[in-house]
Amino acid sequence: MILRLANLGKTFQTGPHTVTALADVTLDVTQGECLAVVGESGSGKSTLANLILGLFPPTTGTLTFDGHPLPAARTLAHRRAIQLVQQNPASALNPRRSVAASIRLPLDVHSIGTPAQRTTTVASLLADVGLDPSLANRAPSALSGGQRQRVAIARALACDPRLIVLDEPTSALDVLVQAQVLRLLDDLRRARGLTYIFITHDLAVVRAIATRVAVFHKGRLVEEGTTDAIFAAPRAAYTRALIAAVPVITEEEKTMRDRLARGAA
Amino acid sequence: MTPLLDIRDLRLSFKLWSGPVDVLHGISLTIARGERVALVGESGSGKSVTARLILGLIQDLPGARVSGSLQFDGQDLTRLPPKARHALRGTAMSMIFQDPTSSLNPVLPIARQFREVLARATPGISRDEAHTRAAAALHEVAITESDRVLNSYPFQLSGGMNQRVMIAMALANRPKLLVADEPGTALDVTVQAQTLALMHDLVTDHGTAVLFISHNLGVVREFADRTYVIYRGRIVETGPTAAVFADPRHAYTRALMAAQPRLTSAGLPDIPERDPAFNDPMEVHP
Repeated sequence: MILRLANLGKTFQTGPHTVTALADVTLDVTQGECLAVVGESGSGKSTLANLILGLFPPTTGTLTFDGHPLPAARTLAHRRAIQLVQQNPASALNPRRSVAASIRLPLDVHSIGTPAQRTTTVASLLADVGLDPSLANRAPSALSGGQRQRVAIARALACDPRLIVLDEPTSALDVLVQAQVLRLLDDLRRARGLTYIFITHDLAVVRAIATRVAVFHKGRLVEEGTTDAIFAAPRAAYTRALIAAVPVITEEEKTMRDRLARGAA
Repeated sequence: MTPLLDIRDLRLSFKLWSGPVDVLHGISLTIARGERVALVGESGSGKSVTARLILGLIQDLPGARVSGSLQFDGQDLTRLPPKARHALRGTAMSMIFQDPTSSLNPVLPIARQFREVLARATPGISRDEAHTRAAAALHEVAITESDRVLNSYPFQLSGGMNQRVMIAMALANRPKLLVADEPGTALDVTVQAQTLALMHDLVTDHGTAVLFISHNLGVVREFADRTYVIYRGRIVETGPTAAVFADPRHAYTRALMAAQPRLTSAGLPDIPERDPAFNDPMEVHP
């Protein structure tokens, strides 16, 4: 067990209104798995990500990482261990900073290795995410969307994290590039024993990459199970509604979608 | 019968300081009256510039060179003076963009923006008449509380609601052609499915032809009668949507299909390599 969420809740006060973004979520994340967190806007999936990253403290409940409670004020060690890859690589990277400088920054912040070692680490990270060394001194604007997302992934890997929160990492990419980035993420997880929290609304992508699925609706965890179990027989009405909305490309896929959406066994 | 839109050998290049850049290498595309046609491709393939050429938004840009013919309803859009092109927009043809909330003016209430749209076809339309017609148009997109919506600003409405307002506006003047550029991509999946179904029914009822531009194969399959696949400024495959999806023949179309994650297959999709065969001649399904 790498991460345990117990009765986690978050409410926001906006003027006279109290908005419950997340209510009573209990969820265990196992070392090495790719847990898909599925839901639409308002489901609480981004709040969940921000709580795990420690961007704000929960209103109720606790987070336990590696057997120890995660404090509201994260230590450097916690920040190293839990990293983030955002949806839009164009805005996630500093436009004025070269690819190499972006990837190097976390190494500097966390004082990892000597300056000379950091240069070597940056070069090997570029290779790990399949980027040509010649791109190191380019600005993000000179890269394609897929290359930028690889840079963001390399930056997240720089300080050797245990857990990566991936927030819709391929939804801004073209389908051919998405296939490449999904493969890269899957290879990295297996090679480095990483744990992923993969936030997405695309159930076909979930089926492709996730080992387990947690479906959120209006701040509540409505269904949880292995990917195979969810796609064999989704139980929650909301999961079935999400499946019904998946655009499909073959008759076979349409038949399966419609069967799952009806909820017939 | 002549098609509503007949594009022949359309070429576009931009003159940059570094030299000319070819964007479209001679594309041909037709849309019959009332037909739903999809143009599907990746970013940079030229699908959005094609839409903007049809609407006449590119012809007057400095450095843009356009050749070929663009016949719309009997007029050649490449020869039309800018003023005449302007007169067609919002009346005979209209457009829906990807992100409804940023396409609407944030500082004007919906009612005011709706009146502007209606005034394109009915100059000097009164406030009351515009209100009545706007309410009727909103009713068509299943918005029952039209008064509240008309008195709201776009930021007070949800993305799905704004998208429906956009669809209602785009169809309010009964255009012959609707150009929809990645509609609903910014919306939640369930809302996207609902709005596309709604749009599908509306254009069918009104006999509006649609050019549907998308990178999403699944959405195209559900929406369009006929499909064109575009790659790097060239059409590589075309035919009835069912035929293209059941039997993709061009290497590029096959690659797109193979890379698409599917509900039916656990595990990662194939990673097709960029292949010289992507530049093979066009495949046409009868």
